Amino acid sequence: MLELTLISTLNGVLFGMLLFLMASGLTLIFSMMGVLNFAHASFYMLGAFFGFQISRYIGFWPALVVAPLMVGVIGALVERYGLRNVHRHGHVAELLFTFGLAFVIEEVVQMIWGKAPVDYRVPSLLDFTAFTVLSTNYPAYKLFMLLISMGIFMVLLAVLTRTRIGLIIKASLSHPNMVAMLGHNVPRVFMLVFGLGCALAAVAGVIAGPALVTQSNMAGLLGPILFVIVVVGGLGSLPGAFVASLLIGLMQTFAVSVNASLADLVGALGLTLDARSPFGELANVTVAQIAPVIPYLLLVLILMLRPTGLFGTRET
Amino acid sequence: MTEVAATRAATPAWSWLAALRRHGLWLVAALLLSGLPLVFRSGTALTMMSLMGIMIIFSLSYNILLGQTGLLSFGHAVYYGLGAFFVVHAMNAIIRAKLPIPLPVMPLIGGTAGLAFAVIFGSVSTRRGGTAFAMITLGLAELVASSSLILRGFFGGEEGITTNRTRLFRLFDWNFGPQVQIYYLIAAWCLISMIAMYALTRTPFGRMCNAVRENPERIEFIGCSRTMVRFIAFCLAGFFAGIAGGLAAVNFEIVNASYLGLQQSGIVLFAAYIGGIGHFIGPVLGAILVTYLQIMLSDVTVIWQLYFGLMFIVVVMFAPGGLAGLLMMHVPLVRARVLHLLMVPYALLLAAASIAGVGAIVIVELTYRLTVKATEGTVIRLFGISLDTESAWPWLLAAALAAGGGFLTHAAWPLAARALSDATAHAGERS
Repeated sequence: MLELTLISTLNGVLFGMLLFLMASGLTLIFSMMGVLNFAHASFYMLGAFFGFQISRYIGFWPALVVAPLMVGVIGALVERYGLRNVHRHGHVAELLFTFGLAFVIEEVVQMIWGKAPVDYRVPSLLDFTAFTVLSTNYPAYKLFMLLISMGIFMVLLAVLTRTRIGLIIKASLSHPNMVAMLGHNVPRVFMLVFGLGCALAAVAGVIAGPALVTQSNMAGLLGPILFVIVVVGGLGSLPGAFVASLLIGLMQTFAVSVNASLADLVGALGLTLDARSPFGELANVTVAQIAPVIPYLLLVLILMLRPTGLFGTRET
Repeated sequence: MTEVAATRAATPAWSWLAALRRHGLWLVAALLLSGLPLVFRSGTALTMMSLMGIMIIFSLSYNILLGQTGLLSFGHAVYYGLGAFFVVHAMNAIIRAKLPIPLPVMPLIGGTAGLAFAVIFGSVSTRRGGTAFAMITLGLAELVASSSLILRGFFGGEEGITTNRTRLFRLFDWNFGPQVQIYYLIAAWCLISMIAMYALTRTPFGRMCNAVRENPERIEFIGCSRTMVRFIAFCLAGFFAGIAGGLAAVNFEIVNASYLGLQQSGIVLFAAYIGGIGHFIGPVLGAILVTYLQIMLSDVTVIWQLYFGLMFIVVVMFAPGGLAGLLMMHVPLVRARVLHLLMVPYALLLAAASIAGVGAIVIVELTYRLTVKATEGTVIRLFGISLDTESAWPWLLAAALAAGGGFLTHAAWPLAARALSDATAHAGERS
């Protein structure tokens, strides 16, 4: 039990930090431009596939730098030549544009790499066991993922709160006109932040690719969870996104390891349920089976109790 | 409004004529729907027209949300799919119990199921508008889609639930075996739903929806609840989506989890938006076009969905009014007889865009053959020409076509835009 709790906590924090790597970019972009980038998970997927392709030619470590840079440039171009033109048609059009983009990126990835998972492996340098808890071996690569995402989180925090760049970005969020008056090119700041957000998602993709499955449906699997995070945390709130990421990461990891169902609970009380009755089917679903649904249940729950999300203040 | 005043003052004969003028369009639609199977008799055409009818109801129901109330939903297929599942289970139960309930009322069961779930989910999601609403519908859609894979008894897992529509109680000796009978059933429901949804846009409630879309804050000031208006619109949209789902269940006799998936929600969004959400006729046009493309493109190329997505992006970027918006822009020009002024610039623009399109298509198809379908050889046939993916010239030619066409389109765009604004100004002077 102790072993399970320890490993699940580690995995949960790791998954949560990975989610935050993406949710932070999404939240920054949203609070800046009012656009929820539907294609954000697609940039994560692009990062994973670019990382896979580049690491075949020049190795994993250069890929860790090059792939996010490439995705960042693509993101900046999308903002400059796509989103900025759509902006005059309103927020719905912008959201629809990114929706179409997500659709197209998935199709393009399928066109180039196919529908089957690609063989993206953990680099041999990190392919060993870091430590052993009782009987479970914990791979070093997972520890590396945790360190990278923690590191980026720290850097992001420092840049946003301690530097001049962070000051300009934060000011552009709330007072774009005033920042423009002071001689800063606000559209360019927007473009750079969009590119940076996409690059962060790509970093998550490059490091998550070998540990999870690199496949053309990975954006579709993760995208909705990201949106749950930003809504549960409160739209536009960075601390909210952080808490929600960890919460969902931990909840999903723990749920997978619990193999009990409602029927077991009833059974412990001395009653039996017929598995064939409609209610019996529902009661026999184990907690592990509903793990994929948990983020959405959390979403519904939070919205009923607190419609603006955990840390949200704005009603948009 | 002068029309209404005139009708009231006129004699009964005149009022009858005025009514015909106002509702004549529906008479034409009814004649058209009943006449189509006499013109297009082939099985493929009947199947396609049946699908178009279902899609028209579905995308019009979606437009109650997006077009009228300004609510962007990413989970509208939930009500379509649940409607379909309830109809299939109801049909099986009716067959087992031998109840005297005929097939044509089945869509009502679907509509009721759609309405019931819209009431449940709507009470959670319509408390917020805008982006938050869109995300919540997405989350709820994922919730239902994931549950459909867990609850295998009701949703039938991967293979779905099947039924047999011919074994239901028969009315007027129609067993609904042949596709043409199903077509007429769908056409009838399509017409009824279209009239009902059009009438809805003319009611005070329809106007309230538009007001919520335009300025939700002022709605609160005049003493109405925007949440309530959104909620009712959401429920009505769920009801009509359920009818469409029920018809789909009757048409295919099989329902599976893909009915309520994100893909289906995306397709109805594409249909409504490409058709144009600003006009009632828009989603109808979009539904017809999207269904046609779905069937025709998937015959021609495997990666039709890519072209589909690209088309959607082009519409969002350059024609946010959709097809209906583009057509309506030209109605005053036709009335003022100045449309000929636009012919030359439009032809230039179309030619340039076609060149770019052909180049892009060749690149896409070459890439696809080179990467995924490499086992099928290196030679592909496109537009009647054989191209070899190994040699360089098809790639160079395609790149030149795409780049050149793109440049020409860029050059022709201002010409067409100026011609349009000139012609519009001209039409304004004449009227």
